[in-house]
Amino acid sequence: MKLTLEQVRNVAALARLGLTDDETERMRDQLSSILTSIEKLEELDTAAIPPTAQTIELVDVMREDVAGPSLHPEQVLMNAPRQRDGFFEVDTPFGGEES
Amino acid sequence: MANSDLVWRSAAEQRKMLDSGQVSAVELTKAHLERMDAIEPTLACHLHRMDDVAMAQAEAADQRIHSGDAQPMTGITVSLKDVLCTTDAPTTAASRILEGYMSPYDATVVERLRLQGAVFVGKSNTDEFAMGSSTENSAFGPTRNPWNTDCVPGGSSGGPSAAVAAAEAAIGFGSDTGGSIRQPAGFCGVVGLKPTYGRVSRYGLIAFASSLDQIGPFTRTVEDAAIALAAIAGHDPRDSTCAPRPVSDFRASLSDDLRGMRIGVAREYSVDGMEPGVEAAVAAAVEQIKQLGAEVIEVSLPHTGYALATYYITAPAEASANLARFDGVRYGLSCAAGSLKAMYETTRGSGFGDEVKRRIMLGTYALSSGYYDAYYVKAQKVRTLIKQDFDQAFASVDAIIAPTSPTVAFRVGARTDDPVQMYLADVFTIPANMAGIPGIAVPCGFSGGLPVSLQVLGRSFDEQTILRVAHAYEQSTGWHKQRPPV
Repeated sequence: MKLTLEQVRNVAALARLGLTDDETERMRDQLSSILTSIEKLEELDTAAIPPTAQTIELVDVMREDVAGPSLHPEQVLMNAPRQRDGFFEVDTPFGGEES
Repeated sequence: MANSDLVWRSAAEQRKMLDSGQVSAVELTKAHLERMDAIEPTLACHLHRMDDVAMAQAEAADQRIHSGDAQPMTGITVSLKDVLCTTDAPTTAASRILEGYMSPYDATVVERLRLQGAVFVGKSNTDEFAMGSSTENSAFGPTRNPWNTDCVPGGSSGGPSAAVAAAEAAIGFGSDTGGSIRQPAGFCGVVGLKPTYGRVSRYGLIAFASSLDQIGPFTRTVEDAAIALAAIAGHDPRDSTCAPRPVSDFRASLSDDLRGMRIGVAREYSVDGMEPGVEAAVAAAVEQIKQLGAEVIEVSLPHTGYALATYYITAPAEASANLARFDGVRYGLSCAAGSLKAMYETTRGSGFGDEVKRRIMLGTYALSSGYYDAYYVKAQKVRTLIKQDFDQAFASVDAIIAPTSPTVAFRVGARTDDPVQMYLADVFTIPANMAGIPGIAVPCGFSGGLPVSLQVLGRSFDEQTILRVAHAYEQSTGWHKQRPPV
């Protein structure tokens, strides 16, 4: 399985991961080699096998709908890179190069 | 008693000394902190020391012991892998993206240890976000193996593992997603227990792969592992995957013989490139277990050879979703770049290290449109086959024994350029995570001066049996009494 640089750039964009040109090339080679080692799974016929997402017997775990204590807003914001008036602050997500 | 002897005592022995007044928690804590002063410059087990917290906890523990309120963990020193959230020391997952992060809450495991009066000596090193097999992926530098400082301690929990092996603390707590407790325990010659998925709350554990992650202890004896597991196990309403099952006294089942037990050896737990010294030590351990009265039976786990490939789809896929939260908005590194999207990309591009980026990329690819069925769903189906292998084997045996890793600890730098070679270090530990079953690593000899480890795997929620097998084996050998040269 050999990836193209275009595929690597596309996946990096989906993951919101900024990669340098060097990293993109290295990632293409390393991911290609990892994907080749994963191709081993194609040996197995799994058409009739159900998937396993998790291994515990619990399903739909619910709690009582009762209000309880939660973090104070100051605790929630204590690690915020930017904050204003009790909110996290970011650059505008709309307009400019985003639109 | 000289401090140099005190720190090497097991937690169970230290408990007796504390309760009988032979030593105070303050004296015991000071002895471990002095041990840290002496060897941290060589081994670098910890990212953040917690001396002040530890001394305050030790004083409180002494008061508690005097008033007759001591619990098994009261006054016992603990090293916490830096993926467990703590309110009184940074929690960084050994990543630049979380450098300096202070959690507003304790992980459930930390909260329980605190309530029982444990003494926290520090937050220990790990591969970044627990992704790795050598602790070389830590953004803050590697930890060294106490048996040979040119070698890695294993990973990802190399910090707590080396810390316990070198007697910086009596007990360490780490997380195991594909072997990250058992493999470093094996490389450092200590006991490492991965409980059943759902046995221990994951609340406050920085998530790597949520269907595989489980918290467990590092100790120098199996009895201590039983004590440490009892201290953290049990239902927690804050983790919906944590099972509402009773927690028994794991020490009660420990005995010195294995009469009446049926123990499986799987022929698939041997691979190309396996170290002869590991094969020989494990073969000798199998004979020893027969001597203890167990019936050893060959079993087959035919899909073992597919577990590594399955893991390297499932774990990165879950990681790519879990690590989406590190976006420079609510906490951690944030690199202003003009627009929100550019801020995300710059922050994540400069904050994550190489291995984390590789796994985010791999996981994003496996989950992306057009590849989801071929990779992610395929891996989930093979996971079913791996789980069925164990279900069938455990119909005829009580436990399965195997090597923990195919080699002993390798040299620092030996595998960093080849991710696929690095991943092979976990080839024998990954199947237990895929099946959700418990596993324990226990020292079983040496090869070239480095520890070899035996792994005991059991049925879901049957930690009792693997602790019993590991304890009887350990007590019939002297491996756990060996001390590293540091």
